[in-house]
Amino acid sequence: MTDAAPAPDRFSRLRARPEGFEERSKALTARRYARERRFKALGLGAILVAMALLLILLSSVVRQGYGAFWQTYVRVPVTLDAAVLDPKGTGDPEVIGKGNFQKLIYEGLFGLFPEAKARPERRQLTRLVSSGANLILRQKVLDDPSLVGTTRDVWIVASDEVDQFMKGAIARDAPPAARPLKDGAIAAIDRLEADGRIEQRFNTLLFTQGDSREPELAGIWGAVVGSFYLMLVTALLSTPLGVGAALYLEEFAPKSRATDFIEVNINNLAAVPSIVFGLLGLAVFLGLFNMPRSAPIVGGLTLTLMTLPTIVVATRAALRAVPPSIHQAALGIGASKVQTIWHHVLPLALPGILTGVIIGLAQALGETAPLLMIGMVAFVVDAPSTPFDPSTALPVQIYLWADSPERAFTERTSAAIMILLAFLILMNLIAVLLRRRFERRW
Amino acid sequence: MQGETALNATALALDPPQAARAAEAGPKTAPKMATRGVKLWYGAKQALFGIDLDIKANEATALIGPSGCGKSTYLRCLNRMNDVIEGCRIEGEITLDGEDVYDRRIDVVQLRARVGMVFQKPNPFPKSIYDNVAYGPRIHGLARGKAEMDEIVEQSLKGAGLWKEVADRLHAPGTGLSGGQQQRLCIARAIAVSPEVILMDEPCSALDPIATAHVEELIDELRHDFTIVIVTHNMQQAARVSQRTAFFHLGKLIEVGETDQVFTNPRERMTQEYITGRFG
Ligand SMILES: Nc1ncnc2c1ncn2[C@@H]1O[C@H](COP(=O)(O)OP(=O)(O)OP(=O)(O)O)[C@@H](O)[C@H]1O
Ligand SMILES: [Mg+2]
Repeated sequence: MTDAAPAPDRFSRLRARPEGFEERSKALTARRYARERRFKALGLGAILVAMALLLILLSSVVRQGYGAFWQTYVRVPVTLDAAVLDPKGTGDPEVIGKGNFQKLIYEGLFGLFPEAKARPERRQLTRLVSSGANLILRQKVLDDPSLVGTTRDVWIVASDEVDQFMKGAIARDAPPAARPLKDGAIAAIDRLEADGRIEQRFNTLLFTQGDSREPELAGIWGAVVGSFYLMLVTALLSTPLGVGAALYLEEFAPKSRATDFIEVNINNLAAVPSIVFGLLGLAVFLGLFNMPRSAPIVGGLTLTLMTLPTIVVATRAALRAVPPSIHQAALGIGASKVQTIWHHVLPLALPGILTGVIIGLAQALGETAPLLMIGMVAFVVDAPSTPFDPSTALPVQIYLWADSPERAFTERTSAAIMILLAFLILMNLIAVLLRRRFERRW
Repeated sequence: MQGETALNATALALDPPQAARAAEAGPKTAPKMATRGVKLWYGAKQALFGIDLDIKANEATALIGPSGCGKSTYLRCLNRMNDVIEGCRIEGEITLDGEDVYDRRIDVVQLRARVGMVFQKPNPFPKSIYDNVAYGPRIHGLARGKAEMDEIVEQSLKGAGLWKEVADRLHAPGTGLSGGQQQRLCIARAIAVSPEVILMDEPCSALDPIATAHVEELIDELRHDFTIVIVTHNMQQAARVSQRTAFFHLGKLIEVGETDQVFTNPRERMTQEYITGRFG
C-alpha cells in the first residue's frame, strides 16, 4: 500500500445523488412509516382478537357454571326416632347405619304438609328432596350418635329439579308436560319458601363428593384426588427421566449421527397426538404388563410419555443458556465434569428446568384423550385411596358430565372447567414465581 | 508472500538442535513445564505446528503474536482444557515436572488443580465472594473445618490484592464486583488451590488501565510463588511483567528468549516487525 494522497474524487460515485432523489427519498420515508404503522396495528389487532375470544370463552363458562357453586336445601324437621334407628338402644354404629333414614326424612316432610294424604300428593313431596339425602343424614348421625332420639331441623339437599327451579332454569309458566315439576310440587316449593324453609347455600358437596348419578350429589373430589395421583406419578417419573436425558444429551453425549437421530425423534415425540400415547399405554401397560384398568398409575405412566419431550426440550434449552464461561471456570480450577454440572450448571438452569416441568405437568393435567384409552372414563364414585385404585381425573370428569342430559350436570360441567382452569392458572403462577425466585444474573 | 518465505526460513531455523539451544538459553535448571513437538488439530484444521517451548519455574512467560496464531490454543494444552473441545486432537509431548500430562495415569482433574487458569473475561461464579474462592479448596478437600477455610480464603484474597476491598462483604455476590475486582477475584480463586502454574489468557483485556496496573503488579508478586504463563496483546505489558517472551505466528513458535533480549534485540525479523507494530 502506498502513502500517496488519495485521488480527490475517490468517492464521487457515492456522493452523487441521482435526479429526483429528494422526492423519492421523501416517498420512501412515508412508505416506511405507513408500513410500520400497519405492522403495529396488525399485531395489536391480533392481540385484541385473542383477548376477546378468551374473554368470551371465560365469561360463557363462568355464566353457565357459577350456579353450581350454590345448592338448594330444604329445612325439614326430622325426628331421629330411636325406635326406627336403634330399637334395642345398642348405640352400635353398625345398627344405626342400617336404619331407614330416607323414611325419616319423608316423614318429616309429610309433617310439613299435613293436608297431603293421598299417595300421588305424597309422591310429589318426596321428589322435592334428593334421593341420596339419606346418605348424608346417615353420615351426620353416625358422626354424632347422641342425635338419635331427638327431633331437629335439618337442611336436606333438594333434588336437582327443585334446585334448577329455584335457580330459574325451569320456567314456572311452561306447559306442565314440558317441565319435570308438577303443579303440586311447585305449590309445595312456594309454601316452603314462604316459611323460610328453602334456601340456596354454598355447595360444599361439589368439593367433597365423588361422582354420582344424582347431579345434586355429584362432586369433583374423586376426580381431584385422581388427578393428584396422576400428577404425582407423572412428576416423579418424568422429571428425573426428562432432566436426566437432557443432561446426558447436552453435556455427555458425543455429537454423532446416533445422537442427532435421538434428538430429532425427541422433537417428533412432542408432536405426536396424545391419543396415540393412550393407545400405547393401553397396549403396553394394560395389555402387556396387565396393570390395573382405570388406575392413576397407568394414567401417570402414559402421561409421562407425553410430558417427557416437553421436559427434555425445556431442560436442554435451560442448560444451553448457561454461559460456557461458567463451565470453563469450574473446569479450570479442577472440578470434574459431574461436579461442574451439579455445582454450577444445574443450579443456574434450575428455573428453566422447573418452568419446563410445570408446563409439562400443566399440559398433562388437562389431557383427556390418553386417559380415555386406558379406561379412566369409568363411573367411579369413591375417591381412590392409592394410585392403583380405579379413578377418574378432572378433565375426564368434565367429559363425563358434559355427556349427561340433566341441566344440573351442564352447570357442574362448567363449574368443573372453572376449577380445572384455576388449577392450571395456579400451576403457571407457581412456574412464574419459581422463575423469579431462582433466577440469577451473571 | 513475504511472510511465507520468512516462515519457511524460521521453520528451518527451528529444527530440534537450535530449538533446544533456544530453550536452554536461561540458567541451567529443569523447566517447570516443557512441550516438545506439540501439534494440534481442530477437526481437519491444524492450529499448532510443533511447538517446542520450556516454561521456567518462578518466572512469568509471556506469549505474544497476532490474533489467531494459536496462543490461547497452546495455553489450553498446558492444562488440557482442549480436552473438552469436540474434535480436538493433539500430538507431541507436554510435561509438568518431567511427567507427561497426557499420560494415562495422570488425572486431568488433579492436573488442573496443579495448573490453574485465569480467563480473558472475568467469570466469577454467581455465588458469594467467599464461595467463589472456597469452591476449589472445597472440592479438592484442602481445608478441614471452617477456620482453615476462612484462612485459605483470606490468604487468597490478600494474594490477589482484593482483601481490603471485600473483607467486609465476603458474602455479597461475586458478580456484583467491578470488572477489575472480578478479575482479581478469579485470580484469588485460581491461587486458592495453590497451583504450581497459573495460565492467564489476556487477563487484562477487559480492564481499564488502573485495574490493569493492579493486576500487573499482582502478577509480578505472584511469580515468586507460582510459575506464570500469560497471553497478551499488549507489548508494554509483556515487557513489564514477563521474564521470558515467546512469539507465535500462524501456529508456529518463531522466537523465544529473555524478554529484554526479545524486545531490544530480536533474532527474527518477523519478531522485530511485530513488536514495532509494522506487521499484522
Ligand atoms: N474451538 C475451536 N474450534 C475450531 N477452531 C478453533 C477453535 N479455537 C480456535 N480455533 C482456531 O485455531 C486458531 C488459533 O486460535 P487461538 O484462539 O489459539 O488464537 P489466539 O492466538 O489466541 O488468538 P487471539 O489473540 O485472537 O485470542 C485460529 O485459527 C482459530 O480460528
Ligand atoms: Mg486467544
